[in-house]
Amino acid sequence: MKVVYTDVLVIGGGLAGLRVAIGARRRGHDAIVLSLVPAKRSHSAAAQGGMQASLGNVIKGQGDNEDVHFEDTVKGSDWGADQQVVRMFVNTAPKAVRELAAWGVPWSRVREGDREVIINGQKVTITERGEAHGLVAQRDFGGTKKWRTCYVSDGTGHAMLFAVGDQAIAKGVPVHERKEAIALIHDGSRCYGAVVRDLISGQLIAYVAKATTIATGGAGRVYRVTTNAVICEGIGAALALETGVAALGNMEAVQFHPTGIFPAGILVTEGCRGDGGLLKDANGHRFMPDYEPEKKELASRDVVSRRMEEHIRKGLGAKSRFGEHLWLDITLLGRAHIEHNLREVKEICQYFLGVDPAVDLVPVRPAQHYTMGGIRTRHTGESTTLRGLFAAGEAACWDMHGFNRLGGNSVAETVVAGMIVGEFVADFCESPDGELSVPTALLRESLEAERARLDALLGSSGTERADTLKAEMQQLMTDKVGIFRRGEDLEEAVHGLQDLLRRSRDIGLRQHSDGPNPELVTAYRTQKMLKIALCIATGALARTESRGAHFREDHPVRDDSAWLKRTLATWRDPADTLPCLAYEPLDVMSMELPPGWRGYGAKNYVDHPDTPRRAEEIAQLRERMQGQDRFALQSQLMPYEHLLPEPLRGHNERIDESLP
Amino acid sequence: MTDPAQTATSVQSATAGRQLRFHVLRHDPRDPASVPRVQTFELEEAAGMTLFIALNEIRETIEPSLAFDFVCRAGICGSCGMLVNGRPGLACRTLTKDLPADISLAPLPVFELIADLSVNTGKWMREMSERLETWVHAKQQEVDLRRIEERMDPDLADEIYELDRCIECGCCVAACGTARMRQDFVGAVGINKVARFRLDPRDARGDDDYYELIGTDEGVFGCMTLLGCHDVCPKNLPLQTQIAFLRRKMARMGWG
Repeated sequence: MKVVYTDVLVIGGGLAGLRVAIGARRRGHDAIVLSLVPAKRSHSAAAQGGMQASLGNVIKGQGDNEDVHFEDTVKGSDWGADQQVVRMFVNTAPKAVRELAAWGVPWSRVREGDREVIINGQKVTITERGEAHGLVAQRDFGGTKKWRTCYVSDGTGHAMLFAVGDQAIAKGVPVHERKEAIALIHDGSRCYGAVVRDLISGQLIAYVAKATTIATGGAGRVYRVTTNAVICEGIGAALALETGVAALGNMEAVQFHPTGIFPAGILVTEGCRGDGGLLKDANGHRFMPDYEPEKKELASRDVVSRRMEEHIRKGLGAKSRFGEHLWLDITLLGRAHIEHNLREVKEICQYFLGVDPAVDLVPVRPAQHYTMGGIRTRHTGESTTLRGLFAAGEAACWDMHGFNRLGGNSVAETVVAGMIVGEFVADFCESPDGELSVPTALLRESLEAERARLDALLGSSGTERADTLKAEMQQLMTDKVGIFRRGEDLEEAVHGLQDLLRRSRDIGLRQHSDGPNPELVTAYRTQKMLKIALCIATGALARTESRGAHFREDHPVRDDSAWLKRTLATWRDPADTLPCLAYEPLDVMSMELPPGWRGYGAKNYVDHPDTPRRAEEIAQLRERMQGQDRFALQSQLMPYEHLLPEPLRGHNERIDESLP
Repeated sequence: MTDPAQTATSVQSATAGRQLRFHVLRHDPRDPASVPRVQTFELEEAAGMTLFIALNEIRETIEPSLAFDFVCRAGICGSCGMLVNGRPGLACRTLTKDLPADISLAPLPVFELIADLSVNTGKWMREMSERLETWVHAKQQEVDLRRIEERMDPDLADEIYELDRCIECGCCVAACGTARMRQDFVGAVGINKVARFRLDPRDARGDDDYYELIGTDEGVFGCMTLLGCHDVCPKNLPLQTQIAFLRRKMARMGWG
């Protein structure tokens, strides 16, 4: 029995996982990061456009602060987010940018004086302030009131991942590469680590830790058309689900990005539209202002994606042999801007489409992009139901995105969650709860159970092919659990997925070796992915309303009176073919920003009975506190600072706002 | 500006229907029975086909044990470096229409072979990073994160990013004559990292420190100026200039 012991086991080597490990290490705890691939190849690198933090350095960001970022994020979430978590996030995001600046991220900087930008299709000259010269710059992104997205050209995620990855190396954090967690070790109430498979030798190893953190990113690959990397298969969430104890939150909340290149689904950044790019139809007509006169191309992603699909349904999409699509036009930004600030976009267009975006239009259509749901945790990142299990980043639902995430809030979340959860993981290790007493019998049984599962697959005479089942699942999800959802489609999807899950118990392999066997990997991962797909589809079927990215054509109204609650999915018995759904209500009376209209998209919702009461309470409080500063008012509306780890508390200095 | 309809045609107009022959170098070093061999797979070319699409199709329909690495499939992560008709490159963004019908694929040399087209670049890069200490050696220990960040000249930030764009794919190392002869050569990837941190005012190290790291035959003086690295870099990094520049700086340090 091979056992590796550490204080903190981190599953996933992207930005969130690495930052958690660094945090724990800085507090004196040993940490090991497990990664399917070399850490710097993680999907975090694919974040192009930038990370939101209310620094307010550029002139178009002047007046920005945590309050504005908070409001944008909560509206973006369609009031599905946990508002205290959003507050923790927006207050930490500026600190994260500044930490990364100190760690060497070459953030694009403000240059004082005049510069020409494209706003609403027009060339406009703006003048940057002298006092901002040399500070971190921000660009415009969808769903935001101010220019808030800090960026490194359009390789933001890459630059961040390399800086954080190098810090992990500097701190001596080992990354065990090409190692895959295939099950959590737990006794029904506490998590003790994971059973891990070496993807080169096939060996199974028990990794035992005081605290285990899942930071494995999203589940985009359960869809056929996705911007996600091939390793984003939702396996981390599935590990938690398969404990039967940990719950997944809001799995039906799936984001589709407006500009996946067509047909490959590779992402081109929201920065294209943030910097002034336009969406056009088959006739070359700019259609977004017809639907969204206020925010146009820069409404939130769920809204823009729906409007695009709506426009295609009207027969106004461009036709190609692969199907219909629309056009992204960034030619108006000029070659210099594209080659300087959007060079990844240029390379992608050049290599995958053979077009030059400085002169050609880019074929685009919405593609699955982000998993808002994930392992349900408290604000500390710890599972609400399985002690010692933490989650951070896209794999988690702590829950700052609700039913729709704003562009630029995901890489921001990875590092912010890493900073916050890293501290709480260290606290946990130092607390009496962190003490570990694990029976070796539990380790042996966990290893034996996984060995038996793999041997059964390797020796199976089953007739089903894993890659066929996986492809059928992906097609079903893209066809029936996509941007527009209907009850009957969702029912078909659920039945279809149940059938696939049953069939996946009869997978046979052509390749029987236990070493680097890609077919075996596809087989056991497909079994897990089907459970994640079922959580998404059943959650979507049950939720008979429309909220954020979850849009039901048969229930187009956002219904706060019945659905202002978070879906919790658990998988009680391995033999089941459906998750068990439960709900956790959101408390309007403790919200800083009670539900209302987002300012874009359809104005179509039913109030929660508490909403008018809470709105009245807030109005009175504002009245009473007139003349006091925004921090005093905020702390009365919804206290949150006590929830942050001590070292991360405190205000953020800005050009226009000095520290107290 | 191009007419949209015309662009639509260009999206469609990949050469469909060609019969492609992939000659893949195969070997599993952990299997005592395995001998390195070339296996040929035939596949019909499809519109817009990349080596990512082709290799996955081969694995799904012909040879389930074929080992290779892809992650982002968008030319961003650097996982899929391999020799394509003898030349190191990123497989995911290589379109088959740009290649002849006979395509030979082999793993990147220099790196430890995992199996078939999969090599352990991660291990090599981590060792290089540890050796060259490829992180900012901060001048001050703790930064007050509540305070406004330190200023940086916008042009300097751009220059640093230019070198920071390296994705550690290993193509430069695979194309390097010195790396083939010297196991411990840091490669263009390593030298470029030193150039990157040398530019960065946040890093406290000076040329004397960098001389300790790369002022040797395993470092910048090992380069034979064949410049294969520069020719194959998928990110078009200015490797030639950086190596030449650093060599002069380091030579000056050496002369003291």
